[in-house]
Amino acid sequence: MITWPNFLSQLFNGLALGALLALISSGLTIIYGTLGVLNLAHGAMFMLGGYAGYVAFEATGSFIVAVIAGALFVGIVGVVMERVIIRHFYGRPHEDQLLVTFGLAICFVEIVRFFFSSLSKTVPPPSLFSGITSLGVMFYPTYRLAVVGIVAVALLVLFLVLYRTRLGMIVRAGIEDSTMVDSLGINVDRVFMLVFGIGAMAAGFAGIVNAPVVSLTPDMGESILVQTFVVVVIGGVGSFPGAVLGGLIAGEIISLTSMVNPSYAYVMLFAAMTLVLMVRPHGLLGTRGRE
Amino acid sequence: MQDGNSNWYRRSRRDFMRTSLGLAGGLALPGGFARVFAAEHPPIGTWPAGASGKSVFIGIAVPRTGTYAVQGEDELKGWQLAVEHINSGHPLIKKISPKTDKGVLGKEVKYGVADSAAKPNDAVQAQQRFITENKAILITGSTSSAVAVALNKLAQREKVLYVTGISGSNDTTGKDCVRYGFRQCFYGQTAAAAIGPIVVKAYGKNKKAAYLTPDYTYGHTVTKSMQDYLATAGWTTATNQVAPLGAPDYSSYLLNVANSGADVLINVNWGHDAVLSIQQAKQFGILDKMKLVVPYQIPFLSREAGPALLADVYAATDFWWTLEDKFPLAKMFVEAFEKKFGYKPEWGANNAYMSFALWAEAVENAGTFYPPDVIKSFEAGRKIQSTVGEVYFRKEDHQLVRPVIIVKGKKPSEMKGKEDFYEVVEIVPGAPLMQKPDAFGCNLGSYT
Repeated sequence: MITWPNFLSQLFNGLALGALLALISSGLTIIYGTLGVLNLAHGAMFMLGGYAGYVAFEATGSFIVAVIAGALFVGIVGVVMERVIIRHFYGRPHEDQLLVTFGLAICFVEIVRFFFSSLSKTVPPPSLFSGITSLGVMFYPTYRLAVVGIVAVALLVLFLVLYRTRLGMIVRAGIEDSTMVDSLGINVDRVFMLVFGIGAMAAGFAGIVNAPVVSLTPDMGESILVQTFVVVVIGGVGSFPGAVLGGLIAGEIISLTSMVNPSYAYVMLFAAMTLVLMVRPHGLLGTRGRE
Repeated sequence: MQDGNSNWYRRSRRDFMRTSLGLAGGLALPGGFARVFAAEHPPIGTWPAGASGKSVFIGIAVPRTGTYAVQGEDELKGWQLAVEHINSGHPLIKKISPKTDKGVLGKEVKYGVADSAAKPNDAVQAQQRFITENKAILITGSTSSAVAVALNKLAQREKVLYVTGISGSNDTTGKDCVRYGFRQCFYGQTAAAAIGPIVVKAYGKNKKAAYLTPDYTYGHTVTKSMQDYLATAGWTTATNQVAPLGAPDYSSYLLNVANSGADVLINVNWGHDAVLSIQQAKQFGILDKMKLVVPYQIPFLSREAGPALLADVYAATDFWWTLEDKFPLAKMFVEAFEKKFGYKPEWGANNAYMSFALWAEAVENAGTFYPPDVIKSFEAGRKIQSTVGEVYFRKEDHQLVRPVIIVKGKKPSEMKGKEDFYEVVEIVPGAPLMQKPDAFGCNLGSYT
């Protein structure tokens, strides 16, 4: 199936897939970089964003309201989760953090299943972006094109927050050396809460933006979580630019491999991760020794 | 029974004495006959321990999470209804298994449920536990043929009977068949042989087909069967997109399909994978250019993907509720199911119900839970009334010989009710659809 039009289609599709992965992964990597907590509930947050948006859409019929509701709801869930549970685990071993976030993920999934059953739910794209667009070599769903734009804007906002605000400076300093930030008298506690909220919000936002592309099921976060971990490892743990680069690389690997042999698309993703770990154990844009 | 006859001549005087004493004891003690029968055979699997109390236990491992969760829940409801009917001696069970009174051989049926998530390892672990701790006399469950094949092997090793849940792979009663496993439902070969002629008639000869195939035994064998059949009508494969179970996105596969120049999209994906891939095929404009065919129908597909996407789509299936107009037992089943669960049953539930009913029928006719005798009862080839007419098990590969139902999706405007998704196009008799018993390399293995 390697033809010129197909190659271009897959190259573009890789970008679209990668953009979404980049957005979800950036939330995961910021949380890990700042707080040192590997949030296994991140996939569940992605799913929660989709369902919260779905509820808002059913109630109002407005996609914009759905997006705001999805992102805000998960942001609030993130803050509550950090205040009530996660902050008690900062000083505890990584295994405990993994277990508690894994447990929370199961709770979120089963709560959603209890209220919505396993039957999938759909959120239609806004009418402005429905239908198909011809890109010369191929037809591409208009909404997927829009997603690339929406995600690019969201990533830009995240970039500005991280690199052009005081909060962002503290976060980045925290990623480099959290003890030092603490000893400078900065209220790390409040920063941690905000970071967790922002990271969760990124996942929730991605969840509802992605909802018209997929159909929502309670389990949808599981496979996304695995992919985001691969992205974060490829890009460099704790690195925001790394998450973006890793996301794009992962998207391209999936798309381009499928052109040669579709059954190897996901296998190649893991092969790439293994290769990166062998050559650059701290990831492509990660820093050696970063915790 | 041949084994029994030849042994008879070899029996010594001591054996005769022992049997006589056993019979005398059996007559003297209440419930003694069971012990007499037990004395004739050495223990095997969970027998006689699992059949010595007032109840017998069935282990059910079914996906309640993951890609096949929706279908798993539906199956579970079918089993629950069957157990309820068996224990109460419901008229429907008596039509299928006339010797059934209440329970199976008078014993109440109990069951335990475990979530397999459609993963073979999880299913085998759960069933191993049911066998060891609950002395399960029967195990069931599968919505994935990978699970069915794994449980087949477990059943043969542990010498505990297994009736499959949903399993569409040719391998389940083909190269991976076992003496202790039985399948009620249709499968790749019969699906292809039934839907093939209808698809060729509708769309013509010498067409190009694109396949979406899940990457495990079910997907590979169903796609192969479809390819083999359609090749006889000059069809070729434009592309075969093999994707892992539970793929989160089908865009890259669908772009390959869109660029393949195929006329027909044959979607072998199942569960939520089918819902997602069909919805995304629509997003990519593929369904406007290609005809969609679903060779192995998915329960709840129309409810989830919406009837508009399935309008005029041909699918092969095991059961559809409007068969109640043709088969009285189907009517009884649909009514009982809807009364209990509030919706029209899909084929997974019907398959589950029938598999237990057929097991009850086999045990009642064997007159014992002793597994080799129950197997021989299954293998006797009795004609049994079912929700799709008369059926029987083929003794060479333990596959039920049963019709395959071809349905066509109704347009939303044609639907007479909210669950009236399909019109039954044809009820294709089963026997001519099946391959020769040894064609897929079935070797059942031993009884003991």
